[in-house]
Amino acid sequence: MSPDDESAPGRVTLSPDDVRHVARLARLDLSDDEVELFTAQLRTVLDHAADVAALDLAHLEPSSHPIALHNVLRPDEPRPSLDRDEVLAVAPDVEDHQFRVPRIGGEAP
Amino acid sequence: MTTALTLAAQVRSGQRSAREVVEEALTAVAAGDTELNAFLTVLGDEARAQADAVDAAVAAGRDPGPLAGVPVALKDNLCLRGSPTTCGSKILEGWRPPYDATVVGSLRRAGAIAIGKTNMDEFAMGSSTENSAYGPTRNPRHTGKVPGGSSGGSAAAVAAGFAPLGLGSDTGGSIRQPAALCGVVGMKPTYGRVSRYGLVAFASSLDQIGPFATTVEDAALLFDVLAGYDPLDSTSLPSIPEPTLASVHGGADGIRVGLCRDLVDGCAPDVVARVQQAAEALAGAGATVEEISVPEFAYGLSAYYLIAPAEASSNLARYDGVRYGLRVDGEDVAAMNTATRTAGFGAEVKRRVMLGTYALSAGYYDAYYAQAQRVRTLVMQAFDRAYESVDVLLGATAPTTAFDLGAKVDDPMAMYMNDVCTIPSNLSGHPAISVPFGTGDDGLPVGVQVMAPALGEATLLRLARVVEAHAPQGAGS
Amino acid sequence: MSADWEMVIGLEVHCELATATKLFCGCRNSFGDEPNVNVCPVCLGLPGSLPVLNEQAVELAMRIGDALHCEIRPSEFARKNYFYPDQAKDYQISQYDLPLNTGGWLELPDEFRVGVTRAHMEEDTGKLTHVGASGRINAALHALVDYNRSGVPLVEIVSEPDIRTVAHARSYASELRGILKATGASDGRMEEGSMRVDANVSVRPAGTTAFGTRCEIKNLNSLRSLGRAIEYEAARQIAVLESGGSVDQETRHWDESAGRTESMRSKEEANDYRYFPEPDLVPLAPDAAWQERVRAGMGPMPSDRRAQLAAALGGSPTDAELDQIRAVVDLGLDGLVTAAAEAGSPASLALARAANEVAAQSEAGLSLNATKFVALLAMESGGQLSATQAKAVLAALLERGGGDPAAVAKEMGFEALGADTLSAVVDEVIASHPDEWERFVGGEDKLMGMFTGEVMKATSGKANGKEVAAELRRRRG
Repeated sequence: MSPDDESAPGRVTLSPDDVRHVARLARLDLSDDEVELFTAQLRTVLDHAADVAALDLAHLEPSSHPIALHNVLRPDEPRPSLDRDEVLAVAPDVEDHQFRVPRIGGEAP
Repeated sequence: MTTALTLAAQVRSGQRSAREVVEEALTAVAAGDTELNAFLTVLGDEARAQADAVDAAVAAGRDPGPLAGVPVALKDNLCLRGSPTTCGSKILEGWRPPYDATVVGSLRRAGAIAIGKTNMDEFAMGSSTENSAYGPTRNPRHTGKVPGGSSGGSAAAVAAGFAPLGLGSDTGGSIRQPAALCGVVGMKPTYGRVSRYGLVAFASSLDQIGPFATTVEDAALLFDVLAGYDPLDSTSLPSIPEPTLASVHGGADGIRVGLCRDLVDGCAPDVVARVQQAAEALAGAGATVEEISVPEFAYGLSAYYLIAPAEASSNLARYDGVRYGLRVDGEDVAAMNTATRTAGFGAEVKRRVMLGTYALSAGYYDAYYAQAQRVRTLVMQAFDRAYESVDVLLGATAPTTAFDLGAKVDDPMAMYMNDVCTIPSNLSGHPAISVPFGTGDDGLPVGVQVMAPALGEATLLRLARVVEAHAPQGAGS
Repeated sequence: MSADWEMVIGLEVHCELATATKLFCGCRNSFGDEPNVNVCPVCLGLPGSLPVLNEQAVELAMRIGDALHCEIRPSEFARKNYFYPDQAKDYQISQYDLPLNTGGWLELPDEFRVGVTRAHMEEDTGKLTHVGASGRINAALHALVDYNRSGVPLVEIVSEPDIRTVAHARSYASELRGILKATGASDGRMEEGSMRVDANVSVRPAGTTAFGTRCEIKNLNSLRSLGRAIEYEAARQIAVLESGGSVDQETRHWDESAGRTESMRSKEEANDYRYFPEPDLVPLAPDAAWQERVRAGMGPMPSDRRAQLAAALGGSPTDAELDQIRAVVDLGLDGLVTAAAEAGSPASLALARAANEVAAQSEAGLSLNATKFVALLAMESGGQLSATQAKAVLAALLERGGGDPAAVAKEMGFEALGADTLSAVVDEVIASHPDEWERFVGGEDKLMGMFTGEVMKATSGKANGKEVAAELRRRRG
């Protein structure tokens, strides 16, 4: 269900299906009980956020930073890389100096 | 408890050895931390070796640094090469980073000695340290109470006297609120003033590393060591920091203080009373104190609980069982990712990851995330307006004193309300500090909060020192 | 392709930038090293790591934008969130709403213009190796990840869907490759993966303007694959539509050996990338001075070099010469031809030899000494060497990577045929073909070829064809 319907701005329409969908996107597996619990809890938080959703702030730009920096750059100069053994030592599974993972189900997005 | 300033002077002069100081700290931890659970890792051997190095420097006539021999407790979301860095989570159990956070290097060069990694709410999400996968930390002032969060371990370590200094991280109040609840000083610097390189990210545009100490002077001493530009952090401020220690005793004369009603009203009456008292003390000390209203602050909580989870949902995607940390097998990579994250993350982390994913998802982005960022602009502009008529703002840090362990774990919204006074300065990126100021009706510590404009740490600490000097007896140590 | 249908093609080209280090960290940008030796906390996405933008990558991205006549404008980085094991952070730092370059165009050699929607910066992924039955993703048992390529700088160039033929699609890719090399931004090697082309293909009834559903075709490793895949896909879509079905919007994988595209739709729903501004980076807005430096520093583009070459040839190249010019510029041999023309060599001869013989060994051709080339051309045009002989000497010079043309000619036994020797041979040939000679004298010009051939055969190719023809004509009177 999308919020682009006629409901008043900020009215929360989060459903258990939304929660299941979002859990899938986030690679989380939830039991039915958890879905129910999280749906209720998230609804409460979003209801609280309704005050914000309802504000008319169209005249303001969104701020993704509290600072006014721009053009932060570094020179194209090599720096030491990590020691491969130290990196692979903490890897869950290694083969041929590479990270080994189970088969992949689909093509890269 | 001996202050860091005193300890460093003693070690630098040779009056005491760093080794002796560290042994004393480690002994205190061994004796007292079983009950408190402030530390997840105690760095005994490493600390002793570092102490020996400091002592060798002193003996050789080399400058051992301004924090020579001073024990420091590091929050467990700070990367310390070769040592476990768990972020209070099962998903990073046993993970040892192959690199140091920039602040760790700064501390080392200053001669400070990390004696351990402290407990925290998982991935810094929480206000009580009850969301740790390794058990809660208890408040040293009353072990049936929470120490606050998410940096509860560092706050408790300093409050318990295990170390005079601690490092925490503050995203929505996670240094200041536990400082208030434990009766110690806790400060969040200006965003960008302290490098985030090596701080495991929770919400990138809000996170800042900051000091815990028993005195404002010690907080200034530690802040001066941490502050500065880091080329490894694109959000690091390039300007040279104004040293704060030298001016910390400058007094309140001529400073215009705005007692911010929106950060006081709605708090528990005993907290309100203490803030009022602090305002009067400042007026008596030569500051001009007036009431000021910034109603926009009221929207901060909601905006924060959309922005922070959104960024967190993205920052925590990397915990997928592929390169490090926990892996729970699955028939294919996606199943492995899911099984790993389901087993490795606690409930609060899952809640916020889902909330954040939802706020960013198609169809909802503009109503939630983008809107919250507009509220952020609103709050930033409100601060700018306020600072046209005052130099600093005064308010409460936390709405109540420390609550019982278990009291709010089943009510996320009630837990989130703990951050209502601290959140605005995370949104704006301004510096803020909590100073112990007496106790509540239950005898537990109350902290008052001072806030200053961006890069105003020197003024902030100066005012904080005045507040501290007038604190009713029995508050801090 | 049936006249009832029209194909609509847009191309997305990912181009690896030729920087020394990666986009956000100082690891080497290097192809072919041992796996996982060029990695660090940043490009491995370790907890606590932060990106810092490579200045040279921005310079090269701006050159690409300028070369494609784009507007270079203030831009922002954004996170594209999705789980995949070659994506170290499980999000890619890219540009979304505010790309660096927009609104440009690329003119093909035949003057057809293709619009360029945008050319933005983003980081590359690691490399996956599927281990299993056939090495193809569908039959894999497990996979291995090498993060050397993770974080390598890319520019993604997106064209408008202006292309209508396979020839133009190939021409676009070829011309773009030449432009990328001319700017120094990339070495443009499709087979090595430093230039990756994806094709968006749809069809519609000829004469209509509405766009049909498009499919994105991936895994095109050469211009030939690009052409074959587009042809196949257009035909596939037409067949679907003609049989009453509809085309599903999806990503399809080109299988070179099977000669067809295959659906790669995964079992899950389509990805929701949840783009939001990258909080760990600040906006990028190259100032006017930098943009001007980029513009001023741009060398000639392939189209400029083709025009220069055409001018050196006298201004009105034939179609055949246009093809030669294109080939010569594409291989970077135009400098050689221009130098020869300037030194007085016959321009069309220089062009022909460069486009054919030198092109056959183009690597060596790039270091062929222009003076030697001029000398060799003089030997041919002056009659000392026949065309056949000159080609052989040229091939030898290229093979050996040097040498003196006259010495090589002598070594190969290509002495110029003395006038007396030639005369004697012509006498012989005429004497042995009396009937034909009578007919030739009588006006049968087509016998010129036969006589020339006989003289060439008798001199083992040493005679100069033009001189032979001249001699025969002289004898005829």
